[in-house]
Amino acid sequence: METLIMQIFNGFSVSSILLLAALGLAITFGQMGIINMAHGEFIMIGAYTTYVVQNLFRTYLPKNVFDMYCIAALFLSFLVAALFGTVLEKLIIRHLYGKPAESLLVTWGISLILQQLARSIFGAPNVAVDAPSFLENSLKIGTISFSYKRLFILVIAICCLVGVYVLMYRTKYGRNIRGVMQNRDMAAGLGVNTKQVDSLTFSMGCGLAGLAGAALTWIGAIGPTLGTNYIVDAFMSVVVGGAGSILGTVFGSVFIGLGGTTFEYLTDASLGKVLIFVCVIILLQFKPKGIFAISGRALED
Amino acid sequence: MKKMKLWKKVCALTMTIALGVSAVGCGAISEVSKEDETKAASNSTSDGDTIKVGILHSLSGTMAISETSVRDAELLAIKEINANGGVLGKQIEVVVEDGASDNAIFAEKAEKLLLSDNVATVFGCWTSASRKAVLPVFESNNGLLWYPVQYEGQESSPNIFYTGAAPNQQIVPAVEYLAENYGKKVFLVGSDYVFPRTANAIIKKQAEALGLEVVGEEYTPMGHTDYTTTVNKIKQADPDFVINTLNGDSNVAFFKELADAGISSDDIMTCSMSVAEEEISGIGASYLEGHMVSWNYYQTTDTPENETFVAAYKAEYGEGRVTDDPIEAGYIAVYLWAAAVEKAGTTDIDAVKTAAKGITFQAPEGLVTIDGDNQHIYKSVRIGVVNKEGLIDEVYSTTEPVKPDPYLTTYDWAEGLSVSK
Repeated sequence: METLIMQIFNGFSVSSILLLAALGLAITFGQMGIINMAHGEFIMIGAYTTYVVQNLFRTYLPKNVFDMYCIAALFLSFLVAALFGTVLEKLIIRHLYGKPAESLLVTWGISLILQQLARSIFGAPNVAVDAPSFLENSLKIGTISFSYKRLFILVIAICCLVGVYVLMYRTKYGRNIRGVMQNRDMAAGLGVNTKQVDSLTFSMGCGLAGLAGAALTWIGAIGPTLGTNYIVDAFMSVVVGGAGSILGTVFGSVFIGLGGTTFEYLTDASLGKVLIFVCVIILLQFKPKGIFAISGRALED
Repeated sequence: MKKMKLWKKVCALTMTIALGVSAVGCGAISEVSKEDETKAASNSTSDGDTIKVGILHSLSGTMAISETSVRDAELLAIKEINANGGVLGKQIEVVVEDGASDNAIFAEKAEKLLLSDNVATVFGCWTSASRKAVLPVFESNNGLLWYPVQYEGQESSPNIFYTGAAPNQQIVPAVEYLAENYGKKVFLVGSDYVFPRTANAIIKKQAEALGLEVVGEEYTPMGHTDYTTTVNKIKQADPDFVINTLNGDSNVAFFKELADAGISSDDIMTCSMSVAEEEISGIGASYLEGHMVSWNYYQTTDTPENETFVAAYKAEYGEGRVTDDPIEAGYIAVYLWAAAVEKAGTTDIDAVKTAAKGITFQAPEGLVTIDGDNQHIYKSVRIGVVNKEGLIDEVYSTTEPVKPDPYLTTYDWAEGLSVSK
């Protein structure tokens, strides 16, 4: 029984991480038809930002404030990644709208450049981030322990999800985004600055990736190749759920997260991954546009 | 509108020029760093005033984390030998190649080093997969490789000298020690490739002989980072100790997950075969504190040679750097080769191999001797515990260096394990 509960928690935990990684991608992929292969590197940027913030806190601020670095890190990771995203968008992505093949290649090249940049600045070896002390250990209910870090990440993921939902469906900006996404010409005709909306949405997507990176520092390795570990799963979550649909991405993440951990538990890690991929393939045979596909400009082809 | 088009063209042109310049620049930089290469590309190994050697490690990709420091150690040894007059009165010239964590590239670069650079010997590789990829290249071209990393044994190529541990110098003693001190139930976790699979095959046979119970055996793909399920399985199986043969980034995720699940080394002891000082700094000492590792050398190893070595390494590369077993093994490989060449009086491969038999060297790890039968070296076994500074304290060591036994012929229980050469 306990193992079952633990496994379910593990599944949701993995799903929450996938959701964080994939949320930004759902926005950029669904919004603009941009296949952003550099999305993983934005996660990496967020992780390295956290590392830098941690070091700054350690060097310049008194010890008792150290734990607060994680709050600063979460905000700064979002901002730094969003900044990189804006620069990228204005220089390069702007010219790739509606051209999926080109955007794939160009963003792939950008991902390699960003990886090497990280290697040159921080070195090839992994760097370590110490989790804040209030996240040490776990919540123990009976014999089951729920790691505080993973609970915190779950909370962050839910907050991001709610934040994105509120933004998209309850604010003027969100309405503009959805308008541009569904019918660009009409939105432009009604006075929406589509270029600005594109720029902001892409930055937001990248910022969310940065946030994911910050959360991931407490779970795994931080190195130049961090992004490559998450990019495939992030894309899978988005595709399974349906590009452009936030609910779809949630579903996709849960499907892959829970499904993956269940298969892994029943067999082993390698086989588990194979089985979940097979399930995704089968699912896509019946629903090629994902479960919750919405029609938008980017998907008309 | 016209202005926009002009601006776009100017931007595109500038970018193209910038890319062109940086491409040329990059080419120039790599040329400067490989100036040795361009100098005497067609010279044979010991013509002129220099002897050329090759270094072949992953300087990029997932294994760069571990291998760049081994290259640094080898370069340090070469620098020291050159400062002392070189080998056979000649200075050593180095050609460094990047295997890029890709086995096909390792094989390609090995061929290049042997056939077009005509190097006298190569120091290189880390993963068993890369070594297996270059083995046919060295054997068919009668080259010489010095391999500095602990591995699974079952090999003794005539063209490779192994300065890392054979399984009887690392894995087997570790299992014995843990069984004596912690209990009978063992869980095996490792990355999914040749080294962990072979190592676990050995351990399972040893477990049978020692009366241990293998309560779990989990393999994860290279680069796997989600260990929630694996740790859950470990918890369920409730072993007395875990033997960990994970490699690369996986170790980071695994130990963080273990700590998160509230498992410390007091609850379940783990012993890792591929975690050394270099990897500890990437994982974080707090996650590894109290856990064990099995090697033949630690930065804390107490010999006068080691004091000098650690000081020299830190002076050359920075106070923050650490030394570990593969770093030391790479360092001594260069010295052992140099000694063999001096004894043979030539860099000719066959003469060097014959001369190398029985050569001893006072290494930072203690006295090592090259075993002429299998081209491995005698090494002391040292089992250690990670401390909170991220260094390793020895808790057990053999009194004498152990004779290498890559095919485990001295163990009855290992019969049937050996793969034919």
